[in-house]
Amino acid sequence: MAAHRCSRSALLLILCGLTLFTAADSQETTVNGGHHASAVKNPQTSTETADQTTEQPAVEERRWEATEVEEATPDDAAADKQDSPVPETVVLTSVPQPKDDFQEELVIRPLHSGDIYASFQFRTVWETDFTRGNKVSHYRLFPKSLGQVISKFSVRELHISFTQGYWRTMQWGQPFQPAPPGAELWVWFQDSVTDVDSTWKELTNVLSGIFCASLNFIDSTNTVQPSASFKPLGIGNVTDHRFLRYATLPREIVCTENLTPWKKLLPCGSKAGLAVLLKSEKLFHSSFHSQAVHIRPMCQDWECKTTSWELRQTLNVVFDLHTSAQGKREWSLFKMFSRTLTEACPLASSSKIYIDITDNPEGEQFEVSPATPLLSQASVLGDRRTFSVYDLTQQITFGTVRSLNLLIRWKSSEGDMLRPLLHGERYVAGYGLQTGEIHTLMYNYHPYRSFPVLLLDSVPWYLRLYIHTLTVTSKGKDNKPSYIHYQPSKDRVRPHLLEMLVQLPPNSVTEVTVQFERALLKWTEYTPDPNHGFYVGSSVISSLVPSIVAMDTNSTRERPLFSSFFPCKEESSYFVRVYTEPLLVNLPTPDFSMPYNVICLTCTVVAVGYGSLYNLLTRSFQIEEPNPGLAKRIANVIRKMRGVPPL
Amino acid sequence: MGLLSDPNRRRALISLLTRLNAPICVVCYMAGVVWFMGLAFEPFTLRTYMSENAMGSTMVEERFPSGERALATGREFAAHKKKVGGMPVDWLVKTMQARGLEVFTQTFSRTLPFPDENKERYMVKGTNVYGILRAPRAPRTEALVLSAPCTQGDHNNQAVGLLLGLAQYFRNQIYWAKDIIFLINEHDLIGMQAWLEGYHHTNTTGMDWSPLQGRGGSIQAALSLELSSDVITSMDLVLEGLNGQLPNLDLANLFYAFCQKIGVLCTIQGKLQRNDWDSVSGYSHSVQTMMLMVMKQASGRPWGDHGLFLRYHIEAATIKGINSFRQYKTDTNTIGRLLEGMYRKLNNLLERLHQSYFFYLMPSLSHFVSIGYYMPAFGLLAVILLLRALDLWVQLASPPPGTEDGVVDTEQMWSPDVLSVLTPLVISHLTGVALYYLPIHFQKMALEHFPVSDTEAVVLTAIAVYTAGLALPHNTHRFVSGEGTEHGWRVLKLVAVLYLAVLLGCTALINFSLGFILALTLVPVAAFVTPHVPKVPSAFVLVILSPACTLLFSVFFFQELQEVPISFQDGWVLYLSVISQGILDHSLYGSLVYPLIALLVYPCWLLFWNILFWE
Repeated sequence: MAAHRCSRSALLLILCGLTLFTAADSQETTVNGGHHASAVKNPQTSTETADQTTEQPAVEERRWEATEVEEATPDDAAADKQDSPVPETVVLTSVPQPKDDFQEELVIRPLHSGDIYASFQFRTVWETDFTRGNKVSHYRLFPKSLGQVISKFSVRELHISFTQGYWRTMQWGQPFQPAPPGAELWVWFQDSVTDVDSTWKELTNVLSGIFCASLNFIDSTNTVQPSASFKPLGIGNVTDHRFLRYATLPREIVCTENLTPWKKLLPCGSKAGLAVLLKSEKLFHSSFHSQAVHIRPMCQDWECKTTSWELRQTLNVVFDLHTSAQGKREWSLFKMFSRTLTEACPLASSSKIYIDITDNPEGEQFEVSPATPLLSQASVLGDRRTFSVYDLTQQITFGTVRSLNLLIRWKSSEGDMLRPLLHGERYVAGYGLQTGEIHTLMYNYHPYRSFPVLLLDSVPWYLRLYIHTLTVTSKGKDNKPSYIHYQPSKDRVRPHLLEMLVQLPPNSVTEVTVQFERALLKWTEYTPDPNHGFYVGSSVISSLVPSIVAMDTNSTRERPLFSSFFPCKEESSYFVRVYTEPLLVNLPTPDFSMPYNVICLTCTVVAVGYGSLYNLLTRSFQIEEPNPGLAKRIANVIRKMRGVPPL
Repeated sequence: MGLLSDPNRRRALISLLTRLNAPICVVCYMAGVVWFMGLAFEPFTLRTYMSENAMGSTMVEERFPSGERALATGREFAAHKKKVGGMPVDWLVKTMQARGLEVFTQTFSRTLPFPDENKERYMVKGTNVYGILRAPRAPRTEALVLSAPCTQGDHNNQAVGLLLGLAQYFRNQIYWAKDIIFLINEHDLIGMQAWLEGYHHTNTTGMDWSPLQGRGGSIQAALSLELSSDVITSMDLVLEGLNGQLPNLDLANLFYAFCQKIGVLCTIQGKLQRNDWDSVSGYSHSVQTMMLMVMKQASGRPWGDHGLFLRYHIEAATIKGINSFRQYKTDTNTIGRLLEGMYRKLNNLLERLHQSYFFYLMPSLSHFVSIGYYMPAFGLLAVILLLRALDLWVQLASPPPGTEDGVVDTEQMWSPDVLSVLTPLVISHLTGVALYYLPIHFQKMALEHFPVSDTEAVVLTAIAVYTAGLALPHNTHRFVSGEGTEHGWRVLKLVAVLYLAVLLGCTALINFSLGFILALTLVPVAAFVTPHVPKVPSAFVLVILSPACTLLFSVFFFQELQEVPISFQDGWVLYLSVISQGILDHSLYGSLVYPLIALLVYPCWLLFWNILFWE
């Protein structure tokens, strides 16, 4: 039955794909009415495309992307208006009205250090309902494996990330999607779940299979329930943290075996669209690699009458100037990914490449070729950034060679990056194997504004925190946290959880220190490489940082994907999450290489040393009479018979 | 153990031990010395071998190409150093940044307890510059350190040049799994101490330093580089660290393996390896090498910048380039390749170096003596003390042969003895405390009254306190309990001998060399001293074998071993500076040899002095 259904959906998919192909070829089509941005600029026919190419240089000014500032360039909008009625005619085929929508996007940010940051985002939105026991059986764009997980385990929100490397905030600025080194998983369950812990256990095992990762090592000793740091990102008012589980595996190594299942979740796989760039031999030849899956329910429209489910797959990668580019400040798609782009994913309603050119308004820092007339602005991470946009759904983007190989060539290595406002660091202080001290430093670089941050620390039980030694100091003064949530650990059962709300004064460093004792483990509890040390996961610093520009609070408005991940509640601030380094702590370790020697020595000491010493101490000694001679014995026998006392 | 549970046999054994006590002691002493000397004989030692799997099987290919450029950088560094008149911080920061490192600086300042005339420094201010090569896709949990001290004058410029050259080369490689920290520390050990304390945020010695901005997680291993000439004939490995700590033997093995592979002449204690172990000169060569290691280890001071890492459980060694004008020359490329190879192997480490030995002596770079082989030598010396203690115990337990009839009430005999034992113990320890505290605190006063320099003031105060200790009225027991009894000195000697045994045993466990040298001199003293031996010659022997004289002889012996013998005059000057260095090492880096000698060994020796003059 299942196989039958499967084949039917596959057939549907193929059919749908075919129609789309033909539609894109012959006739002007949009799959989704809501997405008018690309449609507006879609050329009617190939002849019109040619017209436009000739037209555009004549216009001589860069066009702003319609989605963002339509009123900003009224003449352009007006020029486009003549085209706009056409796309409204949606082709009705035998395929049922698709309620799902797929978008893909790549953001490239050239960094001042000479490195380059590429962030892929793939979003599938599906207007369906997994909750309340609805049986969802027809999958189109949304991956069935994840859909089943959502409905089976009554997941409200699921965020999972696999990261190799540490995001260098001070060199690279804030990432679009922060993630700690290793694997991170946090899940909000629906309030209908009765036994959250066992559901969580099952879920981690299932996800472990889906993503080919060691998520099955998540158990009660590394799972916490943060009370404030991880709020739901989608809709939903349930904020009772009993339904939240958070765990990290700082030791998890991420490699191709995690990338492949991640790519398989994409509607086009790695066959077409931006995903063709995701070749592991290049992605793992980088300074930083992070891939993530976020599932959340979200509003379909402004009034939020219907909900839909969003699956957001992100992949962030930073290529290094010295190792990947041999020190030359020149990047191209081919150099980064050893591939060029030839087409958008046919299933995607939008497929775009953004290049951050904010620091380069006149092209004096670097030049981008081929040049694009399309610009876009977005408020992201508290700043208004300008992007060059390449729309892959338009044939014109690929030019005459039918392939797009973006080239970014730096002209000068001058200039500095805007320093991020919030930054965190962590390290272990002290020496010896008995005690130590965890120092967490939080930097507020804002020149005059102070802002509160939430610090979350989850420390394994074998570091016994002395919570009475907890100190928070900024600028040499005691800084009393306004909220502290501390859950002590239980040996072999659960970790320490420390959450606190600290106000960071402007332009300051706030230091949080807490001492700990290193526990002596049972000998079976050591890892196979005990002298490597034991990992402590990253601290999480979550904060609403004062924004320079007004942030966009309307979550339903059409925006580039990278700017719409964290919902904005107010205009004056934006949400940032910063992860500190994980720690590697050495515990007192017995010498496992010589158990045989130890056993032999112990046995010898016990048998010879202790035994005889015990004898000497407990026995009383007296001089034994020498054996009586034969005559004396006989005499004694006779005396006994006579009833006389023996000799 | 049936031997002991049978009272008759026990008695026989004890009588044998007491009767033959002196000969057995002599035999043990000889055996201990012979055993120790035998350790340097090659057939008795083990060949070194790589224990760590992660470093063994994976041979790496070294390609470091830019030795010449490194030397040019070194010359540039020297020019900037001369221009600034110290550490060219700005130039270093810029150069490291240009090589793609994350660069940070740390300032520190330290006022020495008294001016150090050897290195001409009193109020030290400096800056450490370090650049971190971030390993791609590594979460900043592990790091390796390569350091080069920036010293005054024309020294070590090539090391800085090579360090920068390696940084540039390493930066372009993709295979790093651990961050690599390139550190240039000013004022050698003081800068290193400041950096390490800053990195681990501890303060053991009261130094002022600015906190570090960048870290790379827990440091797994470190190498310190010293090169002072463009052309090198051999590379020397220095292992001895603070308090006689040694790095894991695998680090030495790694160095040796790469020297063999690349074809660099390598030495330890500046001694080349020889193959003629069966000849007398070959044997004496390895004895020399081993004795040098023993002397250096016993001194308890760090013999290179690596020495301070060991406290933090970081395996570290110093590699010195030596230009001894031999025919065989090695260029900077080769040394760069040597270091590249070592770092790539250390980069492959999955765990900290722990497989091989931490306690060893090296008679040559290819052979080592592990703790299991050298400890019996010390054990044979220590057993003398136990035998003497047994002897004394038996003598105390059995009634004195003269008073056979009058069974003296033991309770009565013991109670005044406690005081008569306690008083010398307390007095000698107070002298020890004075020896520990006075030299530094009375330095000012000594300066005012005597025409001496600062360092001399400290050292001469120390020597004065030391000799004053000999003249103290130890025999206070006479005021407490009247005439010193035969019984009294026996109890005191029993206590002193057991005290010495425990003291030496503990010392030898931590720092074998120091324990062994002290045992060599103190055990005969402890064994023969009684109030009945002839006073003047015994007192002379006792002084000759006192810790201070041991140090004096060690100074001459060390110079002899290094093949730079000195006259008595120079030796005396050197002796004074060694004492001041010892005191400085204690207050600057936390070396424990000076407090150990002053607070424990010297008072213990005073007890024997006390016994000699028991009346």
